[in-house]
Amino acid sequence: MTTLPDFIRPVTEGETVTEAPAVEKAGWGLMAEFDTPAQIMAAAKSARQQGFRWWDTHTPYPVHGLDKAMGIKPTILPLLVLGGGATGLVSGFILQWFTNATSFDFWALVPIRGYDFLISGKPLLSTPAWIPVMFELTILLSAVGCVTWLLILCGLPQLYHPTLRSSRFARATDDRFFLVIESKDPKFHPERTRAFMESLNPMSIETLED
Amino acid sequence: MVLAMSSIDTNTVWEIPGERAPLVDNHDSLSTVTSEVLQAAESPKPPLGWYIALSVSSLLASMFGLMIGYLFFTGVGVWGNANPVMWGFPIVNFVFWVGIGHAGTLISAILFLFRQKWRTAINRFAEAMTIFAVVCAGTFPGIHVGRVWLAYWLFPIPNQMEMWPQFRSPLLWDVFAVSTYFTVSLLFWYLGMVPDLATMRDRANTKLKALGYGLFSLGWRGSTRHWHRYERAYLLLAALATPLVLSVHSVVSFDFAVSQLPGWHTTIFPPYFVAGAVFGGFAMVVTLAVPARQIWGLKNFITMRHLENMNKVILLTGSIVGYAYSMEFFIAWYSQAPYESFVFVNRATGQHAWAYWIMIFCNVVSPQLFWFRKCRTSIPIMMFVVMCVNVGMWFERFVIVLSLEQDFLPSSWAYFTPSWVDWAMLVGSFGLFFTLFLLFIRFLPVIAIAEVKTVMPEADPHDPRGGALEHHDDHDDSGKEQTA
Repeated sequence: MTTLPDFIRPVTEGETVTEAPAVEKAGWGLMAEFDTPAQIMAAAKSARQQGFRWWDTHTPYPVHGLDKAMGIKPTILPLLVLGGGATGLVSGFILQWFTNATSFDFWALVPIRGYDFLISGKPLLSTPAWIPVMFELTILLSAVGCVTWLLILCGLPQLYHPTLRSSRFARATDDRFFLVIESKDPKFHPERTRAFMESLNPMSIETLED
Repeated sequence: MVLAMSSIDTNTVWEIPGERAPLVDNHDSLSTVTSEVLQAAESPKPPLGWYIALSVSSLLASMFGLMIGYLFFTGVGVWGNANPVMWGFPIVNFVFWVGIGHAGTLISAILFLFRQKWRTAINRFAEAMTIFAVVCAGTFPGIHVGRVWLAYWLFPIPNQMEMWPQFRSPLLWDVFAVSTYFTVSLLFWYLGMVPDLATMRDRANTKLKALGYGLFSLGWRGSTRHWHRYERAYLLLAALATPLVLSVHSVVSFDFAVSQLPGWHTTIFPPYFVAGAVFGGFAMVVTLAVPARQIWGLKNFITMRHLENMNKVILLTGSIVGYAYSMEFFIAWYSQAPYESFVFVNRATGQHAWAYWIMIFCNVVSPQLFWFRKCRTSIPIMMFVVMCVNVGMWFERFVIVLSLEQDFLPSSWAYFTPSWVDWAMLVGSFGLFFTLFLLFIRFLPVIAIAEVKTVMPEADPHDPRGGALEHHDDHDDSGKEQTA
């Protein structure tokens, strides 16, 4: 009869088994749950003082002043939107000038040729008449750019995220406030970070798995 | 001053600013707000009234579809449009519906920039109204082009004929204005809805709902780092939508004003059209809000204070419109241009004088009731006035377009008679509008939940109701720390 290797054989009677030492599982991060906006504000201030970098707070609505308390830098979004608007303005002009006031042609999959419309003796370069379309394209590209860049900067759409696996976290979009510290943060320590969270007096603390 | 939060009579309106009625009544927790707003979308079965309304409106919407099919197969001769009124109901309906949309953008963008917090309760469905109204509006010029299969000629698309649109024409400006308006309104509406869709995802009780709302909420998880950019993006969109909404109806008015016809060729048209659009749009918001708050029990969010504020806007914009009507007459007389004078005298006394006086009664006379607070806060009177305004604003466009009846050649003068298809399409477009609106009420968050929460004292980290200690020595000064 062959003897099975140690790690899969059944325990024989009378044998003493030593439990494997508990390995503290770090998981993806730690999450603390709070009940009021004032608590999350205080928690955010402490977390920032502790010097964490890979951390976030999650709230059902934008809590006024929380971004400042967390030390979030102003977003670059307005500049990107300005870029979108400038692109719209310039392309609006070029579009109308090319199609209505030139006779250039070039090849872009199909032959494209401008057409110099002469309408009731008006000048070919009738910029005043082009302002409405230039304006609309400015707004259009700014707005589309604004939403696109917002999503890019936020990393959305992101249909999977470790926090979304927690059933408690479902209330982050309802009435609870969460502080999440990721384990990849250089200052993260499974026990000390948990102790720090406990000092904030949360309703619950949960380990998030990736 | 602390307002008594419990059992506030929703019909009370305080005029003293320090003692204004709260924006959210009878709620002292964030969670009950979520569930009360979402009850329309989460209840297993909508009320019977919803089914009845949906069947009627979808029937009318189908009729609209049939009429469009009939038009395509037969030609634009099915309409009453005939020389000299080549622009009949389709343009009237187009301008009417685009105008309706404007109140939605005004509420969502302009009132946001003015920090009018009361807008949060009504902005979501006012924006929805904008989008559905623009859908109805866009249909009319789309089917009015005659040969619809050539509608792509409206856009600068490279084609085998090497032909381009004529960019000096206001009709082409309109194509860009209305399509930009639709796109930006849709983005604004959708972006505002993402956090609420996430709320619905997290509360979903079926796999299908979790999947659907999950996809459209883009994985939103309320991260403060996201909120920070989101709020900025929302502000930017509001700042972009504000000049846009003013431009759209200005461009619509250019369709008339840039042409050289007496009665149309006036500089007053852009501001007059914009004011009229806001006027008619607010009337439509009230028309929709009153039954919606009644049926879905949203009286705690859409309070009498909200309705009263909207009625004040109606009174203001109605007065601007009334001023524009009289100014048109004044200028017609003051300019001493015989054709201009003829057009206006003819409007008030000619063959369509009945339409003119309906317009005057509905748009100028009836809103005067709103000078009295009793009328502003009475549901029946309010509904009477806004119904008048809905009718009156349609007639305003009708009156303007029918200046074509008496053109420069008396031999071509005629009496415009709409055909039955004209009427069926007008009614059908309402069917389309209400169908979309009823579906919206059933499946999407009717009130901007996350935004409403921000105006509650429970949401303020510095308010005792938001968990702050009574003494305010820890007032947020970390912003200063950061810059130091």
